[in-house]
Amino acid sequence: MTTSVQSQPEMGGVADARGSVNDLAIRVGTVNGSGSQSANLVLVRALFAMGIPCAAKNVFPSNIEGLPTWFHIRACEKGYIGNHPDPQVLVCMNEQTAADDVSQLCSGGVCIYRDDFKEGIGGLRDDVRFVPVPFAKLVGEAYPPDKSDPGYREKLRKVINMVYVGVVAGGTGIEMDAVRAAIRQQFPGRKAKAAEINIAAAEAGYAWVMENLPEGLPYRVERMDGTAGKILVEGNQAAALGAVFGGATVLSWYPITPSSSLAEYAEAYLKKYRTNPDGTRNFTVVQAEDELAAIGMGVGAGWAGARSITATSGPGISLMAEFVGLAYFAEIPVVIVDVQRMGPSTGLPTRTSQGDILAMHTLGHGDGRHIVLIPASPAECFAMTAEALDLAAEFQTPVFVATDLDLGMNLWMSDPFEYPEKPIRRGKVLDAEALEAHIQEFGSFGRYRDVDGDGVCYRTLPGTEHPLAAYFTRGTGHNEKSGYSERPEDWRANLDRLTRKLESARASLPKPVIEADPDAHVGLIAYGSSHWAAVEARDLLREQGIPTGYCRLRALPIDNTLGPGFVEKYDRVYVVDQNRDGQVNSLLRMTLVGGLDARLISVTHSNGTPIAAADIAGPITNWERSFHHDGSLTTPSQPPSEPRSDGPVVSTE
Amino acid sequence: MSKAEATIEVRSNGHTLSLPIVAFQGSPSTLCKGCGHNSITSRLIDVAKAVGLNPYTTVKLSGIGCSSKTPAYFLNYSHGFNALHGRMPSVATGALLANHRLTIIGISGDGDTANIGLGQFKHACRRNLPILYIVENNGCYGLTKGQFSATADLHARLRRASGEENPAAPFDLCLEAIVGGASFVARSFAGDKKQLDSLLKAALAHKGLAFLDIISPCVTFNDFPESTKSWTWGREHNEPLQEIGFVPRLPEIEVEQQAGQLTKVQLHDGSTITLRALREDHHDVRSRASAMDLILSSQERNEFLTGLLYVAPEKPDFLDTLGMTDTPLAHLPDEALRPSPEALADAMEAF
Repeated sequence: MTTSVQSQPEMGGVADARGSVNDLAIRVGTVNGSGSQSANLVLVRALFAMGIPCAAKNVFPSNIEGLPTWFHIRACEKGYIGNHPDPQVLVCMNEQTAADDVSQLCSGGVCIYRDDFKEGIGGLRDDVRFVPVPFAKLVGEAYPPDKSDPGYREKLRKVINMVYVGVVAGGTGIEMDAVRAAIRQQFPGRKAKAAEINIAAAEAGYAWVMENLPEGLPYRVERMDGTAGKILVEGNQAAALGAVFGGATVLSWYPITPSSSLAEYAEAYLKKYRTNPDGTRNFTVVQAEDELAAIGMGVGAGWAGARSITATSGPGISLMAEFVGLAYFAEIPVVIVDVQRMGPSTGLPTRTSQGDILAMHTLGHGDGRHIVLIPASPAECFAMTAEALDLAAEFQTPVFVATDLDLGMNLWMSDPFEYPEKPIRRGKVLDAEALEAHIQEFGSFGRYRDVDGDGVCYRTLPGTEHPLAAYFTRGTGHNEKSGYSERPEDWRANLDRLTRKLESARASLPKPVIEADPDAHVGLIAYGSSHWAAVEARDLLREQGIPTGYCRLRALPIDNTLGPGFVEKYDRVYVVDQNRDGQVNSLLRMTLVGGLDARLISVTHSNGTPIAAADIAGPITNWERSFHHDGSLTTPSQPPSEPRSDGPVVSTE
Repeated sequence: MSKAEATIEVRSNGHTLSLPIVAFQGSPSTLCKGCGHNSITSRLIDVAKAVGLNPYTTVKLSGIGCSSKTPAYFLNYSHGFNALHGRMPSVATGALLANHRLTIIGISGDGDTANIGLGQFKHACRRNLPILYIVENNGCYGLTKGQFSATADLHARLRRASGEENPAAPFDLCLEAIVGGASFVARSFAGDKKQLDSLLKAALAHKGLAFLDIISPCVTFNDFPESTKSWTWGREHNEPLQEIGFVPRLPEIEVEQQAGQLTKVQLHDGSTITLRALREDHHDVRSRASAMDLILSSQERNEFLTGLLYVAPEKPDFLDTLGMTDTPLAHLPDEALRPSPEALADAMEAF
């Protein structure tokens, strides 16, 4: 039985027309390439500086310039930083999308828009307050024409965005000191002159509000202390730093949204922090000709002893599939960060998804399963990317880091990154001397001989000066000495050892994080960027009388203790996936034993937008209402609500 | 056999090692008897011994196919990697990035390089990746029973099936290599021991991508007299461009220049190739245009020219552009890999 339900706006967490304090969602609609990014960052940084937990999302279609783009800001004293789809405050700078944008405002919301739109939008809704602002006039006054500056018009076009910063600040109570500081941060050093022009524009907007809207908006912010010790950062920046501090030495990559910025950040950080005083580099970065070459270089480098890493997205891992299978079988360390986007094929290249999760775990052909680390925050993007390099070296195998566009390209409040205190791990590598000792101890050296019983064998690196160091690496069947073999017992023994190795690795992977409300009958499992929606959804569910236990998965293969440790405790366990088919739900069903799989119910979200709390709480509430406390269905022949085609899905079997 | 004959001296990390002959040999070949690839393997073993190639610091990589089995048949003491079909160049690139002190011999076939691997081959040339890149070219897919590769002759007929005719003209891999940017491009014939020895020695001394297209007859699927990849045709039509000599870097040896006849090209390591023109004495091996013109005109004349077609010893190679530290990345100590806590704090300042 499969059914679907609409998310429930009344549980959305952001206050409606009655107004709110420190619970604010702003959406800015602009034109791609209009230079609005600086203005948007200033708004979110000012909120952050006022101590209000916040996050921001760039929502952009797949184009370079001229088409619509949006920026979503959420500031919330409760610390919710997941997606919230319906804003209270809308800034319309793009007439093309204005009508559609207005339709998404929450009831009682406020629309700030350019008064020079060809057609007024003021009559579009009667439950929204429309505030036309003379942006062109205000920016012209703040930044008077300068005939000596040939770039004046272009700059003016950008500076106009800072006027709406001032308008929103004046309307909602964002402090102008925080705005000014954020603008100066945005235009540092030689751009100081631009900073002053932009400050003037913001002040013009602010002054206009004070004069024309002295009472302000019903959605207010006040200084609080919810951001002390936190940072605002993108997941891709964090993973890039993770690569740098994890000791990556070879980064080979091919541009693909949404992973490109990860590689670009990494290159910049590597240049800055891993260059010797004499200018020589303790790393190398190669932009390959395609993903086939990117992973090929990664595999070659890993084979020869480098800590190699690549970053890509779904279509990239498809192209990498054969190499990843080879690296698994030939036991070569390499790290692949998959910043997932919505597939299949090109899909929605600038929209988010968790649709590669099963593909990552099983990529290749024939038998093979890969370690997948699943960060939920920038701090984990940092830590897990560094950890992935160690795990790859330790277990001589490809390791994936599964992030997504939402986590990777958007701005999140995060814990600061903890300096990795554990020493860099290189795994079982024998140099000439150690090889000699190994041979003394074990009689000989076999590249694929499991002398320790953990499935992990010893390797030598090319260049090792010892007559017995060399071996032949191959994708064909091989025996313990790495010699070619098609003997069934050799093949099977190798596969069994690889299974043993994965079991050894499982114990080293990040454990699930489990929290439980007292008296919870219902469990919730989520992973990756769904975490933030799940945290908020649990509060919404609690308000509905549905306390939950929560398990956040952080790695594949799934922890062996998950069944008895978590699933067993609950009547029903909802598994949240940002993909249509509930990929991790399926994986859990394959993993759980003793009938526990029957307790799983899939909650999926797969329309390209980041999952929101209501996308989880809404369907669960609906479903739970159909159960008696004894677990029987109240209306066994009826689904809990009418199916809809565009809502989140609850499915059971 | 005297002790001196039983070992080979090689230089390694500033000292000299005496290695047994077995260090240079490999597993017994599982290729067909009479396969050109086996002749090339013999040349590789002989040349490695002759120049004192250090097996420890040499790695052998290949793609997939008959040719790509070759790394198993020589240099027992060297690490080998039989990678994916057509993707040896990227693996070689990665290995070199990890350890730029390795000598890399990449061995491929015409299917591996001209078909599935054309992209990676051309990009390796574009980067002037400092490896020896050998194509054992027989114009067919031996391992999968004789299908046409992209170097198969136009109108050639399949040995198997119903004798279908090849409808497409072949790629000339030397031309592709020159256009792509390789800095050492030569063609030879598996049966020409003397020329192949000299070219291999020079290619090993070259710094940059040294490409050798070696016609290597497939005795099972493509050894009929009209095939341009057959033993007979190769022997009968082989037109050496030059008489090639290789002079290792030995200061006491001087080679006299004979006006108008002898070209000497000094390689990066101080060794020299000497080229005595036998044909096309107007050909300038340092000119890409001259080399391409020579290849195109010889194609029109249906000639099989062998020899050194192009060389640019001074051209910077891929590693020169990367600014890597002298210690191979694979051997950097932990402190060179993980920046300080202060560096992390500095990075976090921006957030």
